[in-house]
Amino acid sequence: MKSIAKTFVTSVWNRWWGKVAVGLLLLSVVADVADTPDLLSRGAVSASLRFAVPIVLAGLGGLWAERCGVLNIGLEGMMIIGTWMGAWAGYQWTPWVGVLAAIAGGALFGAFHALMTVTFGVDQAVSGIAINVAALGLGRFLSSIFFEGTPGGGISQSPHVGQIMSISVPGLERLLNPVAQWEIIVLSDLAELLLGMTLGVSLLTVLAAVLVVGSWWVLFRTSFGLRLRASGENPAAADSLGVNPNRMRYAALTVSGGLAGLGGAFLVTVASSIYREGQVAGRGFIGLATVIFGNWMPGRLSLGALLFGFTDALRTRQETTMTALLIVGSLMFAFLAIRAYRTGNRGATFGYTVAAVGLGWWFLGLGVVPSEFVGFAPHLTTLLVLSLAHQKIRPPQGIGVPYRRSEAT
Amino acid sequence: MIETRLERLLLQLIAPVIAIAFAAVLAAIILHFTGADAGMVLGEVVAFGTTPASLVAVVNKATTFYLAGIAGAIGFRMLLFNIGIDGQYRLAVFFAAVVGASVSLPPVLHVAFIILIAMVVGAGWAAIAGYLKVTRGVSEVISTIMLNAVATGIIAYLLAPGRLAEQAEGSNNIRTTPIPTSGWFPGFDVQGREIFGFTAVAALMGIGFWILLNRTRFGFELRASGLSLRAAAVSGVDSKRMIFITMLMSGAMAGLVGIPQLLGSSHQYGLDFPAGFGFTGLAIAILGRNHPLGVAFGALLWAWLERSSQILDLLGVSREIVTIMQATIVLSVVVAYEVVRRVNVRRQQKLVGRTAPDPGDLEVGGTE
Repeated sequence: MKSIAKTFVTSVWNRWWGKVAVGLLLLSVVADVADTPDLLSRGAVSASLRFAVPIVLAGLGGLWAERCGVLNIGLEGMMIIGTWMGAWAGYQWTPWVGVLAAIAGGALFGAFHALMTVTFGVDQAVSGIAINVAALGLGRFLSSIFFEGTPGGGISQSPHVGQIMSISVPGLERLLNPVAQWEIIVLSDLAELLLGMTLGVSLLTVLAAVLVVGSWWVLFRTSFGLRLRASGENPAAADSLGVNPNRMRYAALTVSGGLAGLGGAFLVTVASSIYREGQVAGRGFIGLATVIFGNWMPGRLSLGALLFGFTDALRTRQETTMTALLIVGSLMFAFLAIRAYRTGNRGATFGYTVAAVGLGWWFLGLGVVPSEFVGFAPHLTTLLVLSLAHQKIRPPQGIGVPYRRSEAT
Repeated sequence: MIETRLERLLLQLIAPVIAIAFAAVLAAIILHFTGADAGMVLGEVVAFGTTPASLVAVVNKATTFYLAGIAGAIGFRMLLFNIGIDGQYRLAVFFAAVVGASVSLPPVLHVAFIILIAMVVGAGWAAIAGYLKVTRGVSEVISTIMLNAVATGIIAYLLAPGRLAEQAEGSNNIRTTPIPTSGWFPGFDVQGREIFGFTAVAALMGIGFWILLNRTRFGFELRASGLSLRAAAVSGVDSKRMIFITMLMSGAMAGLVGIPQLLGSSHQYGLDFPAGFGFTGLAIAILGRNHPLGVAFGALLWAWLERSSQILDLLGVSREIVTIMQATIVLSVVVAYEVVRRVNVRRQQKLVGRTAPDPGDLEVGGTE
């Protein structure tokens, strides 16, 4: 009996949805114990979703580029271009035109990144940095020309831009609302979760979800995707089989920039209804982090983005909710400590135990997380994930190496 | 036909000249399309940029940029991208300001102590990225970006009234307590204007960097590792140790970036303290090809562009055009270096082809 249960538990845990389910269960219990119902309310869920989408799109952009062997630090700049183009076209015509313009602007900069790194052999990080610097300057410079003098516009912001339509799944609210009000642990939280995911969802969010699945399909189920990934793993080998890696890199980077631009458009036409300087606020970099977090796979990448979106959304909500996360963190470290103990790694056991006890003591003793600390929670999480899970991470082998056909070895 | 030193130097200089010219032309085209008179604007900018007040400001600003550039160059020499210069320097200058204000020491010692604190904090913050890279294989590009955000949060938390800072009277600025005069670095007086005394220290740092690179065993190993990590490792260089030490050195240098400003004019850290030199440092290091002299040139150019841009707003042109120019210069200089390299390789191949013996002769030689 015991072994069957154990097999069941491990087989669930080994699947990605198993980890999600366990995570949600944990959050649900914590929300109940710490008396912070806002942790999994429909408002929190839909806010998390809204914060996650730009990160998902930036992450997908990073995924496309890195799977083809090019590091794209310029994602941040391409998102900035996306926000600006989205606002510029969006306020003159319709938001959807803005979205298209944002994709075009991002794609243009993606292609430029390809021109620099592929054709001119410029270091990939150097080109990315230059694009980020240029985008910052361009945003302000173009605003001073196009937005100054418009109603509500100026050097650091655009006029009002319309919003992309939101949709809801019909009938679901009537069905799930009663369940949510029963206040039964887990079940009611699940209802709230579903409501948050289906009520007032922007069409761009739906598009982002489609793009996640679409990216997976193109990259892992088509011959084009295989060629693209081959160019990222071993360009010389791909070349010998008749694939032109440099052409693939141009294609991948154009898509990458377009996705980042779309992420920028989301910030302008869904998350707000205006272009504002500094709006992207490092989301491009977080997107890069989710690529690693997701081990260069679209599904896991999106989960990482959702996690970041969740912490991001919490910051804007009740402060007490953050404290609930301390318990979650404490439990996670306790789990890691037990695992490290069983594998006999004394140093890790000690470290995790200290972290678990520390967070638990923080919750019981102080009970408050300064809002400044919440701000870097996603970044700290990335660092922890990178340093704890590195053995299981496998990046494409060709990242960062320029490929010159005449100099192939 | 061996190329002379002069030829090599010329080839090195062509790239930046092309890059700057290209950026200037691009700026002129943009100006033209926005309806400004490019010639008039350029004339005003040069006139403003060469006033004595401007030149002093340029040297002061360039001192800061130079330290950031050297910090970037140290990393680049070891193929390390220290994107964390920004976080390292802000954390360093913040703690240097806090600790420097809380101790009382005799004049020279006080200054040395503050500098030491800044270097230790900068190196310590960079050490996290170095440690993760060496032991866990975490790319320093990602870890330093994340550490920058963490540093921002830590400073935002500590720089609050009641913690380590106080509200400035009559303004919204929040700042640390001022450092007493014993911790000030006296400046050089130039016609009534003051150049940071720390400029001399920065120059010494550059010379020190050159000596370290070219005259020590460590420098040799660093350059060898930078050319080929694997080849250096095969010849007995401990690459992990090299990576960690390089990261520490880069961080220590980054820690100094805010020091000229802190010791020379602000004497306290506040919300208004200049920030965001991380990418500038990397860009200047790239421009100067990681050579102390080249970096100095890059820093001066950068500082001059930033200073001169202040006149642009008065002329009705957005000064962000300078940011675009800077990005253009960095990219076009790298492209120009690459093009020059390719042209050079082709030229040498031709030379070799001309001087090489006839294939027929080789065959005869082979049978002997």
